[in-house]
Amino acid sequence: MAGPMKSQKPGAKPKNLVKTFSRILGYIAENKPLLIVVILGITISAGAQVAGTSMLKRVIDQYLEPMLKSYSSELMAGFLKTILLMAGIYLLGALSSYMYSRLMLMISTKSLYRIRTDLFRKMESLPIKYFDTHTHGELMSRYTNDTDAIREMLSNSVANVISSAITVTGVFTMMVIYSWQLTIVVICMLFISLNAIKFIGGRSSRYFMKQQQNIGKVNGYIEEMMEGQKVVKVFCHEEVAKDEFNQLNEALCEASTNANTYANVLMPIMGNLSHIQYAVTAIVGSILTINGILTLGTVISFLQFTRNFTQPITQISQQFNAVLTALAGAERIFELIDENPEEDHGYVTLVNAKENSDGSLTEVEDRTGIWAWKHPHKDGTTTYTRVRGAVEFDDVVFGYEDNKTILRNISLYAKPGQKIAFVGSTGAGKTTITNLINRFYDVPDGRIRYDGININKIKKPDLRRSMAMVLQDTHLFTGTIMDNIRYGKMDATEEEVLAAAKLANADSFIKHLPKGYETQITGDGANLSQGQRQLLAIARAAVADPPVLILDEATSSIDTRTEALIEKGMDSLMQGRTVFVIAHRLSTVRNSNAIMVLENGEIIERGDHNELIAQKGKYYQLYTGMFELS
Amino acid sequence: MIKKLVPCVGEYKKHAILTPIVMIGEVIMEISIPFVMAQIIDKGIQGDGGISYTVKMGLLMVLMALVSLMFGALGGRLAAVAGMGFAKNVRKTLFDKIQEFSFSNIDKFSTASLVTRLTTDVTNTQNAFMMLIRMAARAPIMLIGATAMAISINTKLAMIFLIAIPVLGCALFFIIKNAHPRFEAMLAKYDKMNANVQENLIGIRVVKAFVREEQEKKKFELGADEVRRAQVFAEKLVILNMPLMQLCMYGCIVAVLWFGGNMVVDGTFAIGQLSSFISYVTQILMSLMMLSMIFIMTIISRASVTRIVEVLDEEIDITEPESTLSVEDGSIEFKDVSFSYSKDPEKTALDHINLSIKSGETIGIIGGTGSSKTSLVQLIPRLYDVLSGELKVGGHNVKDYDLTTLRNSVAMVLQKNVLFSGTIRENLLWGDENATEEEIVAACKAACAHDFIMSFPDGYETDLGQGGVNVSGGQKQRLCIARALLKKPKIVILDDSTSAVDTATDSNIRRAFRENLKGTTTIIIAQRITSVSDADRIIVMDDGKIDAFGTHEELMRTNQIYQEVYESQQKGDK
Repeated sequence: MAGPMKSQKPGAKPKNLVKTFSRILGYIAENKPLLIVVILGITISAGAQVAGTSMLKRVIDQYLEPMLKSYSSELMAGFLKTILLMAGIYLLGALSSYMYSRLMLMISTKSLYRIRTDLFRKMESLPIKYFDTHTHGELMSRYTNDTDAIREMLSNSVANVISSAITVTGVFTMMVIYSWQLTIVVICMLFISLNAIKFIGGRSSRYFMKQQQNIGKVNGYIEEMMEGQKVVKVFCHEEVAKDEFNQLNEALCEASTNANTYANVLMPIMGNLSHIQYAVTAIVGSILTINGILTLGTVISFLQFTRNFTQPITQISQQFNAVLTALAGAERIFELIDENPEEDHGYVTLVNAKENSDGSLTEVEDRTGIWAWKHPHKDGTTTYTRVRGAVEFDDVVFGYEDNKTILRNISLYAKPGQKIAFVGSTGAGKTTITNLINRFYDVPDGRIRYDGININKIKKPDLRRSMAMVLQDTHLFTGTIMDNIRYGKMDATEEEVLAAAKLANADSFIKHLPKGYETQITGDGANLSQGQRQLLAIARAAVADPPVLILDEATSSIDTRTEALIEKGMDSLMQGRTVFVIAHRLSTVRNSNAIMVLENGEIIERGDHNELIAQKGKYYQLYTGMFELS
Repeated sequence: MIKKLVPCVGEYKKHAILTPIVMIGEVIMEISIPFVMAQIIDKGIQGDGGISYTVKMGLLMVLMALVSLMFGALGGRLAAVAGMGFAKNVRKTLFDKIQEFSFSNIDKFSTASLVTRLTTDVTNTQNAFMMLIRMAARAPIMLIGATAMAISINTKLAMIFLIAIPVLGCALFFIIKNAHPRFEAMLAKYDKMNANVQENLIGIRVVKAFVREEQEKKKFELGADEVRRAQVFAEKLVILNMPLMQLCMYGCIVAVLWFGGNMVVDGTFAIGQLSSFISYVTQILMSLMMLSMIFIMTIISRASVTRIVEVLDEEIDITEPESTLSVEDGSIEFKDVSFSYSKDPEKTALDHINLSIKSGETIGIIGGTGSSKTSLVQLIPRLYDVLSGELKVGGHNVKDYDLTTLRNSVAMVLQKNVLFSGTIRENLLWGDENATEEEIVAACKAACAHDFIMSFPDGYETDLGQGGVNVSGGQKQRLCIARALLKKPKIVILDDSTSAVDTATDSNIRRAFRENLKGTTTIIIAQRITSVSDADRIIVMDDGKIDAFGTHEELMRTNQIYQEVYESQQKGDK
């Protein structure tokens, strides 16, 4: 799909054109031999076009004109030969044109694939903080709009621009060879055309930017309203929403009409300027012919050349906006690819171990059920520490942003197998504490220790593998229920999955589903209730079988009767593990070894249930519902 | 299907019709110009017209080019106005239609899919439309005009087209026919890949917590590779277009040159005519090319049009009568009400419910996950329609009220609630846009929101950010309650609306309700027994049926489920 049909996508102006462009080239040039073949193909195809046109002159000058005066069979034979040669050249041109488009398709789709996977790989390795500061829509649009724009550019513009450039160079050379006088005329006209492009192009990209801003506003509004559509209904807010949308829509319409007007006008202006150029060239050419400076054939061929010359320039100018849009998109994509990944300087790893008779540990390949921290030291020795699940906080201070402290002076020690609960109002910092344990966010060295090891020394994947999290908002993935439970441990057997599901009391509802464990989950499990999803999340954690368990409001959507039913399961799940529990329901935390009452990022009370009740402090007030927290 | 979108052209009909007409002007000029070019060569340069003739015709050509430019520019402007106006109207029609959607209509489409329909799909349609009105008239007219000109120059030579055009036409037809399903397949793969990304965005904490990055990467690579294959499969047909056209064009030029050259030698054909004939060959094949591109664009946009029309065709299942009836009081009566989300009597969520609530009563609802508590209350503001039976609010069937009247009288705080970007005050004003300062503060006090609002530096003017990201879950819930209270409704329904609020605040909210909302019927769905135990009466739901209905004391004596729930929350208390 070439030039005039290009869909005009909006584009914000990219900041560093050259750098971004050369990076895209980097992706394209990954397969160099193939790319060279493509450029060769484009050259042949463009060359064939130029050669074919120049043969027109030969046919007219050398054969037709003389034959018009006197027929000779010799000339006729030469004529036929030239025609056949022309046919051959053209055929070669068409074939190489097919070949290079086919190869270019391979290159461009491959590049696109690489860009996408690079983007995704980087996204997966970004720290949680990045996701806190960027909306889903923003990140999603890199995969949709931005890659679409690059795709458009790769599959249309690149080959087009290269071929246009080659054609222009080739034709220009031929023009100079044929008649430098007429070439000067063409150059003068070209100068005018280029100024027209510059003028219109400048206007156009200014309006395109304005259009882009308006699109952003409209899309933002749409996203928000669609998300809150049910609330709109409940508040009978439809008319207001329509009015607000109308205003934004009108503004967008105005901006995009202007932007597209300029884009649409470019083509006729360029096309007709080339006609005018043709006329001027013809006039000058005829003067030169009559004066005997040029031959008739030269002028005719030259006139054909001028058409071949302006067409690609018009085409390149048409690609202008598409290329600009693509580069802006590419810039956003590269911005993400250039983000710093989650830092991990850890070197302590999690290994399977077996216990020797003297109590020391040896690393082994197979799963033994005994896990150990493999700790290489600077002096070359390696020690193995058994994974027990002891977690120690030593005066931890933390804030998501540098100037806003969320946690103050948190110190605590969880012995292996203990159940530690955090209570307190929303925003007190409960979830933040658990996010520090698995290093979603980092704290300074030595503040948090896990089995006596500074957690900053432990490799993040190994650290996280040693603990399982069940979150309030359960996220399920496309796949079967079996797959989703297995998410906790990829090599879990079917029996293990079933046992985990039974433990979480999820087995009974799963069995009631038409396809049981093979039921497909789609759209983040929209077909399951919130409570059912939490049960699955618990099963997922159970199958992972880690020494440390973090339950962040894990049962908040499960009704208390069901909760009572799974309590036994939960108890056996917690058996022998260090468990951190966050819950609003105080019934859930009562039997903890220690309860920490948090307020404004500080632990204000600690102790077990009975101690805290006896203290008659905040916990007592919370428990008896006498005190307001906010 | 396309017909559905025709009304969206609306006030831009004039522009939409004028565009192709103006384009015809441009095309006529474009077709005539090679004719003038031939005259310049044959009569001016080559013939006896001399320089004066060449200059005359040259100036004529400049004039024609200027006219053509004018038409072209005008056409471009008109097309932009019509195309963007059309897009605006499509967007508006869609948005307005979605505003009419009932809850069950909304359930059917996911939020993400509605957003894509309103954005990407509209853009695709708009581009196709703009191209259509610019090119659809242009291409055939150019084809016909150029063919006619070619015939008029040399009928015999024009016979070449009789062979070339059908050959090219057949080839294009073959490409288009086969490309369509392949493009659809590609789009489907594309959707799947994007769904995968979205899933990862939402569940990134789970992915990281379970260290599943590598697995997710592999999954994505698989999906991206499928997209790549599908794209190659679809586009490898489309790229045939260009070489095919070149082949035809070059074939024609060679043939014209050979046969035409022979005619020139015979003296029946002028050299200038020959070169302008070749120009027409180019034009004819170019217009065919344009046509094929229009078809391909249409194929690509067809998927988008289908998705838009799907929304427009969605039948709104809740219709409101013309009614001036106002809601007298807060009494509610269910008479043998059954309800099903799928409107299937076999799959009911509620089964023959009979229930009578007096105006001003406070009712608690307790029940297990999936026991249809939410389904029950959603019927009251007529968010869904009953399948059978009758539901009366204020003594009249809910179907007899104007929806606005009914919903303004029945304030429902949804389980999954949303705040909008803007300040706290702006959000609260959703409840009543004319609310006074005192009313706002009173509502916030009743919802226990006033204190935390005032703790923000900007108080009620605090900006919430998109989706209310600047407040915590519990604060959000309380703002949502305050927003609902500002409606000054006859009935307030709290659907598990205090789940993220701590027990103490929860009980304060209920106390404030008791004191400030006397005479207002209050329905509270909750998980905690303490949230409902002080209600006048409590409904115990189980599996879409009312298991029991009575006071806390009665239920404690007689109802097993209630006792169990109570027990489960009291254990270990002593």
